[in-house]
Amino acid sequence: MAVANPAREIPGNRAFRFGAVIREMARRPSGLVGLAIVGGHVLLAVISPWIVPYDFTTQNSHLVLAGPSPEHWLGGDHLGRDVLTRTMLGGRQALVISSLGTLIAVLWGGSLGLVLGLIGGKADDVVMRVVDAFMAIPWILFLLLIIAVLGTADVVLIPTLAFFYGISVIRISRAATHDVTARDFITAARARGERMWTIVWREILPNVRDVLLVDGAMRWSWMILAFSSLSFLGFGITPPTADWGLMIANGRGYMAVAPWAVLAPIIALSSMIIGVNLSADALAKTLGIDRAQKAPV
Amino acid sequence: MFKLILRRLALGVLTLVMVTIIVFVGVEALPGDACTAYLGRDTALETRLAKCREDLGLNQPAHERFFIWAGGALQGDFGISSRRHKPISDLVQIRLRNTLLLGAAASAVGIPIAILLGVIAALTRDRAADLWISTSAIFAMTLPEFISATLLILFFSVWLGWLPGIVITRPDAPVFEFLQDIILPIIALAFVMTAHILRMVRTCVIDVLASDYVQMAILKGVPYWQVVFRHVLPNALLPTINLVALTLAWLLGGTVVIEIVFNYPGLGRLMLDSVSDRDLALVQAIALILAVLYVGLNLVADLLSLVANPRLRTMKV
Repeated sequence: MAVANPAREIPGNRAFRFGAVIREMARRPSGLVGLAIVGGHVLLAVISPWIVPYDFTTQNSHLVLAGPSPEHWLGGDHLGRDVLTRTMLGGRQALVISSLGTLIAVLWGGSLGLVLGLIGGKADDVVMRVVDAFMAIPWILFLLLIIAVLGTADVVLIPTLAFFYGISVIRISRAATHDVTARDFITAARARGERMWTIVWREILPNVRDVLLVDGAMRWSWMILAFSSLSFLGFGITPPTADWGLMIANGRGYMAVAPWAVLAPIIALSSMIIGVNLSADALAKTLGIDRAQKAPV
Repeated sequence: MFKLILRRLALGVLTLVMVTIIVFVGVEALPGDACTAYLGRDTALETRLAKCREDLGLNQPAHERFFIWAGGALQGDFGISSRRHKPISDLVQIRLRNTLLLGAAASAVGIPIAILLGVIAALTRDRAADLWISTSAIFAMTLPEFISATLLILFFSVWLGWLPGIVITRPDAPVFEFLQDIILPIIALAFVMTAHILRMVRTCVIDVLASDYVQMAILKGVPYWQVVFRHVLPNALLPTINLVALTLAWLLGGTVVIEIVFNYPGLGRLMLDSVSDRDLALVQAIALILAVLYVGLNLVADLLSLVANPRLRTMKV
């Protein structure tokens, strides 16, 4: 085995590579912590409906703003609902919506960026001007603008988030494509007389894919953040569904008497975002992609 | 060089024109209009809808309305708010002042601290001080603004009782009346801002420290502090001016959230209220104003980097 760079192994052997990347990430302490947190949250999101101690909508008058007790470990909220139950369930919406949103964003932004990077010319110029203009709108404004007109159902939120965050993916993917097409191994492939399609599929895509994976991981954490912020502002999830952003917003008014009702979802949401960030960082280091040179958004 | 500046200006204006079109078309392309939003889609009677559209001038074709809207916006006239029955420019003006006040105060606090901490982190790279600063910065950057702001309120106003947790001053009160209420919002905004900027400062300083001329100065035996102040800082901090302007622009979104958490009467809260009321004309106007701020800051960043880095001036355009 004389493979100099493990990140450039035989393309096509994806299942093996995925496991290898995860193992490599877990070798870093921060990566291990990040993966463990993300894994824990995903697991909790899947099994929580079966393991929660109480019903998440049941209001118990004895539990209104009650402190932690042996029966209710995290006390009750302002409507007398069990905080532990709601915290365990509160990440499911954020997780599903942000994962779907990220997947769609990376797919559409990534492929458009790839195509633009390859063809260049007038089309590239025009689209990049539009991209610049979109990036001049702060994210929250854009989301609120859409929500003002269309409302906040899941069918609106997912495409809106995916559309907006996909626009910045175009830039990343286009830059990565430009980066790769200037490399020697592309010139070599051209000189060998490979067909255009083969070059794109075998040489360019695997390299751009790594950049997009890292970018997708970062974008996932931004999307969780964006969704929770919307939810906090009252534009995400319809009550009484449990959601961390909404729980923090509702609990805020009773912080003086029942801080646990705010602290529990804060800790849950923060740990999820930090876990995703640590994992994204480890992924970037594992794939050998320098995240520092990338601009915010 | 003047050609370069002109080109940047032209690009900025072009971006703004595009934003204007996006904001307008965005609202236009989506189902419903200001009248269905105002009256409610199901309950609105046809006659009332027709009258409302007549009043707001929605009967004209879209491109004509666009030019009327954009032309008015250019003169600072954004039309009339359908909910509040007031000229939008009057509503927006005082809120814009408040948002700028918050942003300016947070920058005045945050930027010097960020530069100081960033330089300290870079000089003590990978040692205790750097690890503490860098790790806290990552936490401050990753936490959503509404969480850090809520925690600040919990600690400083609920538990310690030092500072008011929400702003209750009238929106149009004179600036000095805000000063006490505004401390926590400033800290919340400066917190995120500091984290972003200090990381950039740290990277820049580390890059310069590794450069040949700094190594040369150290080898020649120039005293450490002289190397830091004469050789490293001037070269490291100039490029960060550009980054600072970009970061400020990027943080506009966070300002909106912080205004809401603290009940601060700025543009962001007005925007949120107008979204809740489905007051589309007002939403459009605020989106455009914030985009102008963003593009303006980007332009300033570009021009500052031209001033700071003479090499860019002779770049081929």
